[in-house]
Amino acid sequence: MGERPFNDTSYEQFINERKIMGSRCKKCGALALPPRPICVSCLGSDMEWVPFKGSGKLLAFTSIVVAPPNMIKEGFDRNHPYLVGVIGLDEGVKTVAQIVGMDAKKPEKIKVDTALKAEFLEKGAGPGKQTFLVFKP
Amino acid sequence: MARRKLSRDVAIVGGGLTKLGLFKDRNCKDFFAEAFAEMVESVDKGFDPRDMDAIYIGNYSNDFFVSQAHWGPIVSDLLGHVPKPVTRTEAACASSAVAFREGVLAIASGIYDIVLVGGFEQMSRRSTEEVAEGLAMASSPYEVAAGFTFPGVFGTMATAYFARYDTDREALFNVTIKSHNNAPLNPKAQFPMSITDFMNARIERARKKGEAVPAWRDEKDFLRDPVANPPVAWPMHLFDCCPISDGAACLLLVAEDIARNFTDDPIYLAGMGQGSGYSLHAKKDLTTYEATRAAAKEAYDMSGLTPKDIQFSEVHDCFSIAEIVHMEDLGFVKPGEGHKAVAEGLTRLDGPMPINTSGGLKTKGHPVGATGVAQLYEVWVQLRRKAGKRQVPNKNLRIGAAHNLGGTGGTCTFTILERR
Repeated sequence: MGERPFNDTSYEQFINERKIMGSRCKKCGALALPPRPICVSCLGSDMEWVPFKGSGKLLAFTSIVVAPPNMIKEGFDRNHPYLVGVIGLDEGVKTVAQIVGMDAKKPEKIKVDTALKAEFLEKGAGPGKQTFLVFKP
Repeated sequence: MARRKLSRDVAIVGGGLTKLGLFKDRNCKDFFAEAFAEMVESVDKGFDPRDMDAIYIGNYSNDFFVSQAHWGPIVSDLLGHVPKPVTRTEAACASSAVAFREGVLAIASGIYDIVLVGGFEQMSRRSTEEVAEGLAMASSPYEVAAGFTFPGVFGTMATAYFARYDTDREALFNVTIKSHNNAPLNPKAQFPMSITDFMNARIERARKKGEAVPAWRDEKDFLRDPVANPPVAWPMHLFDCCPISDGAACLLLVAEDIARNFTDDPIYLAGMGQGSGYSLHAKKDLTTYEATRAAAKEAYDMSGLTPKDIQFSEVHDCFSIAEIVHMEDLGFVKPGEGHKAVAEGLTRLDGPMPINTSGGLKTKGHPVGATGVAQLYEVWVQLRRKAGKRQVPNKNLRIGAAHNLGGTGGTCTFTILERR
């Protein structure tokens, strides 16, 4: 799998294959998720793929009531809010994703630092089908 | 790094700002013509627009909002400036602060002497959901894919701030109440009403309609009421969020050596900085904007000033939490102390550190491409002591600043103005 370029497209391909893959700088060891072609720590450009376990904790979040059109199409609206957040992964990098399995109507009950694990959620159908990385408690 | 100075100094000698609001029956040419007319009128010793060497104009996304791009030549045509140069800058909500910066750099380089800088946006012709989509285009691609909105990104930062500094939503109420107290003093504000004014208006409306009359104990009780102040993206509620707005602003910049040909009261650029920032997932710290800190350092270094020297400032309060974080990043208060400073009233118009004397984006309005220059217009007006009822009372007002943020912190600027 080393031949895939270290970019967003490869990252999405891996997600479709239900793998969370990022990059590690061979020079300084810095991790990046999604992968980066240039290391922002040392500016090195010699990368290798590294799998992430998908476990971590909630660092920050929001419950979105006024949704954008792409989420309205999924059935979210002012009466059906959804959660998104920043997740700190065990490997030491962060990612942003939708959070499922928690009540978006009671955001005041949600605690930062809640342990979360990755789940793959398929959205759409036919050629428009896409797999998303989401997190749940 | 060596201290960076301009090769020659730059002064502001005129300014204009439209009334902000929703004006579907007019367009950005109308807005800019209005701001320009006020600017021409404001130049104390008069000014011939034919003397303008160049124009820099900030506009975020009229491409999306009104399906028209390439606004530079539209402005040039409007003002009779053809065939001289006009350049559009885009940095999301910091578009016109970047236009201002480019205008300053052009004069400092020696290539131009007289430059018009400004910005505009027309957001009223789209639905709220479409505007949310249009603005989300200025956050990072990863945030959009995950389903974040602009209020959602700032709401997310707010939860990180609350957890880190052991505070909550109530701390944000103080920002909203303070900004709305300044609003009625600004004739150009989109919502020139205090929170008490809003409460009274709703009580009056309920009485007229024969409905149950709300009985809020005070302003915070009103802001706690999910009917009066519904959620947008937790913990951001309606009164934490700036409105959708139309409008335009401009400033006339000239080289220091000719400034007194235009006015006996020029306001000078003391320092300016611009920084860039990571999107949420790549930020080291979710409670700060690295772009603001970089911009502030550059501006303080250029000016030789420190945060203590800044007597008042406009900061980019697109959402209530942002005002608190910016005050900390700009060094006005220590990290974690911003919410306390607001609660103690330090940032009120009559406090020792007035923040957003204009009422801020929350009440004045936020036509995104106009905002950077609209903020500097407020600082210029205050330093010339022409701010009317909202004039900062300090009798020795000499140094003010404006902080502008683009996107979700991807571009930030900090600009310090001074009366010499």
